[in-house]
Amino acid sequence: MSAGILAFGGYVPRLRLQRRVIAEANAWFNPALMGLGKGERAIANWDEDAVTMAVEAARDCLASSGREGISHLFLASTTFPFQDRQNAGIVAEALRLAGAVGTLDVAGSQRAGTSALITACEIAGGRGGPVLVASGEKRRTKAASPLELTTGDAAAAILVGAGEGVAKLLGHATYSTDFVDHYRGQDEPFDYVWEERWVRDEGFMKIVPEAVDRALAAARLDAGAVDHFCFPSPMRRAGAGVAARIGLPERSVRDNLQGTCGEAGAAHPLVMLAHALEAASAGEKILVAGFGQGCDALVFEATAALADEKPERGISGYLRRRRADTDYHRYLGVNGLVAIEHGLRSEVDRQTGLTTLYRNREMVLGLVGGKCSKCGTLQFPKSNVCVNPNCHAPDTQEDHPFSEMPATMRSYTADRLTYSVAPPAYYGMVQFEEGGRAMIDFTDVDPGTELGVGEPMRMVFRVKDYDTRRGFRRYFWKAAPCRESMDGDAA
Amino acid sequence: MATGIRDRVAILGMGCSKFGERWNDDAEDLMHEAFGEALADAGVEKDRIEAAWLATAIEEQHAGKSGLPLAIALRLPYIPVTRVENYCASGSEAFRGAVYAVASGACDVALALGVEKLKDTGYGGLPQRSRGTVNDMYWANFSAPGAFAQLASAYRARHGLPAQDLKRAMAHVSVKSHDNGSKNPKAHLRNRIDEARVLNAPVVAEPLGLFDCCGVSDGAACAVVATPAIARALGKTDLVTVKALQLSVSNGTEAQHNSWDGSHLMTTRKASERAYKEAGITSPREELSLLEVHDCFSITELITMEDLHISPEGGAVKDVMDGFFDAGGPLPCQIDGGLKCFGHPIGASGLRMIYEMYLQMLGRAGERQREKEPVMGLTHNLGGFPHQNVCSVVIVGRERA
Repeated sequence: MSAGILAFGGYVPRLRLQRRVIAEANAWFNPALMGLGKGERAIANWDEDAVTMAVEAARDCLASSGREGISHLFLASTTFPFQDRQNAGIVAEALRLAGAVGTLDVAGSQRAGTSALITACEIAGGRGGPVLVASGEKRRTKAASPLELTTGDAAAAILVGAGEGVAKLLGHATYSTDFVDHYRGQDEPFDYVWEERWVRDEGFMKIVPEAVDRALAAARLDAGAVDHFCFPSPMRRAGAGVAARIGLPERSVRDNLQGTCGEAGAAHPLVMLAHALEAASAGEKILVAGFGQGCDALVFEATAALADEKPERGISGYLRRRRADTDYHRYLGVNGLVAIEHGLRSEVDRQTGLTTLYRNREMVLGLVGGKCSKCGTLQFPKSNVCVNPNCHAPDTQEDHPFSEMPATMRSYTADRLTYSVAPPAYYGMVQFEEGGRAMIDFTDVDPGTELGVGEPMRMVFRVKDYDTRRGFRRYFWKAAPCRESMDGDAA
Repeated sequence: MATGIRDRVAILGMGCSKFGERWNDDAEDLMHEAFGEALADAGVEKDRIEAAWLATAIEEQHAGKSGLPLAIALRLPYIPVTRVENYCASGSEAFRGAVYAVASGACDVALALGVEKLKDTGYGGLPQRSRGTVNDMYWANFSAPGAFAQLASAYRARHGLPAQDLKRAMAHVSVKSHDNGSKNPKAHLRNRIDEARVLNAPVVAEPLGLFDCCGVSDGAACAVVATPAIARALGKTDLVTVKALQLSVSNGTEAQHNSWDGSHLMTTRKASERAYKEAGITSPREELSLLEVHDCFSITELITMEDLHISPEGGAVKDVMDGFFDAGGPLPCQIDGGLKCFGHPIGASGLRMIYEMYLQMLGRAGERQREKEPVMGLTHNLGGFPHQNVCSVVIVGRERA
């Protein structure tokens, strides 16, 4: 039985740190960094991580196809916020998929994204599925490291199911070998990286063909017939070199998004695949490779159905929705790469009662409120007595999801008194289109932006609080302005 | 049929500590200071007090829980002492408890005391703290100024008001309170400021700048209350009596139901309407002589003028700019400096407001004494946040006024 991609989506955070400022700030130490100081890299906001970005990519992917019947959710990353608490489980709660869905974290290698996709295809081909593969990456890099310049934060999601879908799987292959181009040991915050020339010559040029050749053979496809080659390395001309070695057409080598996003680790092959699907026409062949302790390769053929399948924004849409950022110090500060004086207000205990969280998980992680079965009034959160002053009926609340409902801003402020990782703290009252409201944190508001009453807002899943004492983080939903750009947008 | 509290309880004596940064005093010192003044003023022995109410809001920062801190600080003779907390309305809540106890006939003389010792946190402003295990998971990360700042954006939208017009009226509110505070020896802040200084101050929570916000202070205030008959028996003349005691507490409508536009306080409207009825007031703008309202932020005071039905809806900016609420105006508001300058030790604030009314009505307010004899005064507390709050309205006045 065949498997194919049913839907796809992506996410790139709004802020794009200009590489020039990173290189200039660190040139005193390593002037060679100036060679990498071109273009921009996507940086997650302080309240984003691999989990929240994966949720956004999944929402982007599922906007058209809906969420019914998904059998599995795989989450791939090497930067999971939790070592032992299933990260895919958090995504499932945020997407309101939790329950009978099979959830799995896939980690440990830059190949995690493609390996999860292959496994998903195998399940879908064997009468399982649909399987949602989501992958997000927010890598922590040392100041003045090449990785700080070449990596970017992003996520992608691919929904795989039985049948041809919008892109039919023609074949796939994996080659495994313990080739260690870089590693990050237990409890180490940063990657340890070996020489680039060795990685290119002995890694990319020799290992990638081992997987790609077999995948093409399984697909019964000549290398010359490939239209889109997704090769996620940020190394200059690495994709072209590998393509030449394999015999792929030079024009098939896709933009690795190094100029606009940066390489998003395990998520990057899927980011590039989602990006390719946005551009591909029916009949075109897409080859995606994931490199890391070997190589995964998958070959897809776009079907006629692809013309009708569009993610909500897609990688292209998110790449356009950007704000050029030159505040390198803020980037270092919010990511804990310099010791910031957070002040005494930051010392309040942010312990989360795990009993409290479990009891309220649908409200907190799924933004599920209530609807009165008597008067129809929507409210968040749910309560035993309806909030409508003309109703107040007891015990009439039915679950009602709010996360996908359009909202507008009624009042807000930018607060410089309350503790925030990145002041000022924006928050205010938002009102949902079909009813209900919430006094809620805002995010992705640019400093200096004036929001107007009636401003359209969209709910996004974010980190609410970091409990630094215990290594826990609290997630909740926030409201973000819908508009593509804001005042002061340097883009 | 209940007839209300009007003229059933008289104030026998009142006391108030100096408010401010009382670096060298504990809560018990502040309580002792306020109580000493009140007891001397009341002219009774301590053991005449049969029940007491203690108001503290952030007790974990200073005195601790229960009625014990008051009983121990004053060495009360093993009488009932009840600690109350109702956000910033806590002081008025203690007063309500004591007044009701006397009115019920359960006791002849009762004490209400509020205290807050806030300057032990190591930083300015109210302490950053948990709002409860469930609330912490979904409440916005708001501070008091941030929550109240939102009144400004909603009020502007409601009345189509340019940002600068509202900012200037808010500045006038603060300039006026500083003028008044400068004449009050017990006030925390006694400096005068001008409009330019307010408008150019650093922003705390947009659009509130530093001078749009009251600070936090250490302090205590208290009242000894009794029936008018007992007061007269003790030789008191010119009694100040309680005319109304009202409280309105949000039930979640503002926070959760789209019928509220965020530009006004539902609780203040309800509490004041009930208070006027209880006090027999039909035209508050004309009948009230003085206002002490919860000016935690300049925008709060401005909007409260409408919610108390003093200014017409949308008309507060004009009244403020006209000087209607200035010390020399027709209806002075915060003649003692208000929370803004007298200070805001939370548990004490409601009682501090009543203290000022009491002094003014007895002609004991010194340099800041209102010229035209005050006969009826309203005090107002707002605890919590505009979208869910506790509002108390107390009216006191000359007996049979």
